[in-house]
Amino acid sequence: MTEHLPALQVVIPLLCAPICMLVRYRDWSWVVALFGSWASLAIAWVLLQQVIATGTISYHMGNWAPPLGIEYRIDLVNAFVLLIVSAIAAVVTPYARESLRTEFGSNRIYMFYTAYMLCLCGLLGVTITGDAFNLFVFLEISSLSSYVLIAMGNDRRALTAAYQYLVLGTIGATFIVIGIGLLYAETGTLNMVDLAKRLADQPLSRTIGAAFGFLVVGISLKLALFPLHLWLPNAYTYAPSVVSAFLAATATKVAVYVLLRFLFTVFDVELSFGFMPLDTILFVLAVIAMFAASAVAIFQTNLKRMLAYSSVAQIGYMILGISFANVNGLAAGVLHLFNHALIKGGMFLALGCIFYRLATVNINDMAGMGRRMPWTMAAFVVGGLGLIGVPLTVGFISKWYLVLGALERDWWLAAALVLISSLLAVVYVWRVVEVAYLKPIPENATKIEDAPPAMLIPTWLLIGASIYYGINTELTVGVAKQAAQQLLGVS
Amino acid sequence: MAAVGLYNYWIVVFLMMAGFYIVIAHDNLVKKIIGLNVFQASMFILYITFGKVQGGTAPIIAEGITTYSNPLPHVLILTAIVVGVATTALGLALVVRINEAYGTIEDDEIHVQDEES
Repeated sequence: MTEHLPALQVVIPLLCAPICMLVRYRDWSWVVALFGSWASLAIAWVLLQQVIATGTISYHMGNWAPPLGIEYRIDLVNAFVLLIVSAIAAVVTPYARESLRTEFGSNRIYMFYTAYMLCLCGLLGVTITGDAFNLFVFLEISSLSSYVLIAMGNDRRALTAAYQYLVLGTIGATFIVIGIGLLYAETGTLNMVDLAKRLADQPLSRTIGAAFGFLVVGISLKLALFPLHLWLPNAYTYAPSVVSAFLAATATKVAVYVLLRFLFTVFDVELSFGFMPLDTILFVLAVIAMFAASAVAIFQTNLKRMLAYSSVAQIGYMILGISFANVNGLAAGVLHLFNHALIKGGMFLALGCIFYRLATVNINDMAGMGRRMPWTMAAFVVGGLGLIGVPLTVGFISKWYLVLGALERDWWLAAALVLISSLLAVVYVWRVVEVAYLKPIPENATKIEDAPPAMLIPTWLLIGASIYYGINTELTVGVAKQAAQQLLGVS
Repeated sequence: MAAVGLYNYWIVVFLMMAGFYIVIAHDNLVKKIIGLNVFQASMFILYITFGKVQGGTAPIIAEGITTYSNPLPHVLILTAIVVGVATTALGLALVVRINEAYGTIEDDEIHVQDEES
């Protein structure tokens, strides 16, 4: 049984999707989704322990030996990402039941869970697979289902947001397939390990350069690297709260993982950063993202939109870490994958709680919310401290390693930029704190209770984890550092 | 004669750029989807061209046949075509719902309505 866990990781959510569709009744489909996400989390946890104990796992789909057959290859990097994705899903699903009740017509709820399970399956598949074309197929499964999820938002602008994402996402995916195709034309293989081996034996040609370009641009569209982030703010703003939380915490993270996989495993560091000057390009774009997106976030009145722009800025930090191309920098990138998933997931869930009671997340309606919904607002503020990078939160740990990575390369300017851009986060988080805690409750405000426990507990689980992993960094930093060493091929 | 021998690739580049241009330049949401389709079709042709072996026949085992085209890119592209169909279907479904919600499928008019509300 345990040797088939890599397959089950993908197959269980994939099977849960049609079951959700068939049972139709909303609470039953919720139970199925709950089972799917919790089983995924359990499998991801076992896989991570196995990888830590015995090293890389190679699973041959249907017993066809690679490189001809499809291989699922799990090393520390993707075992960690699998854990992130499935953990977020496991926390978001219990929350979804209560949250969807207000945001959704109850007769369509089973369709939500179907798309949600497909999206989870796609994201896990992208992460676990060791085959380049298989990666594209899973990427499209997750993308198509996330377009559906976003379009389920109540506002009609959700439809245009989903459409815009569909067009840009498809362009990105097509770029990725073209890149994979060019690599296949050059090497005659699709297995990532085999690709890496054959590419290393070959002189660099223009075809490989073109493949590299197509892949990087395509993946950058998916991970919303500035200036290819245009689909993201609308999509996260108008999607249902649960979807915003789930996608913000997982979809872009998986895309960052794919970028890591291609830059460091398929192509090697010399090609990515020597032959191609990608480190400079990524560095510049990441810095612009950190400043421009944070600055835009300051002026948003819709808090979901504010968090969306903040996501673009935070992705900038991850990419910045990757552009350093040293162990500390990469470790910071991988760490921030995990840390940002906790923080942003938690904050979007907190906004979902507010939306549940107020039916709005506009900053002008937040006056006195610190007293009207104390637990929810407290979660939001603690998450905000994480975004800033205050010590004892996970955000601090990421930034610490980011600065270490910058200093290791003697990029003092980069280290300074990380610290300065954090100040922008202080501004946009403080705006909310000021309104929520320092302004009086408006007189005509109806009395509201805090969010129900079914929503508060998942929110606090993520926010609590963002504190816990800020203090106890053994698991995260240990895995991230080893993962970075594995990617760079140093021990 | 190298340029003529690369005939298929010229077609690919032309279709890719034409499709991409339609997606960017047109305001009509249905036309954007069509552009997206043309863009994807160029990628299908690219893959199929890779698979062609000069003088090769269809990859079916039969007596006297030694050179045949590489079937793998064809199979891959079958998958990609299915993905393309799903994307088109979903895109058009979204356009239908946008039309119900806004009463138009022109990007600029939708933009004006969003600004007003």
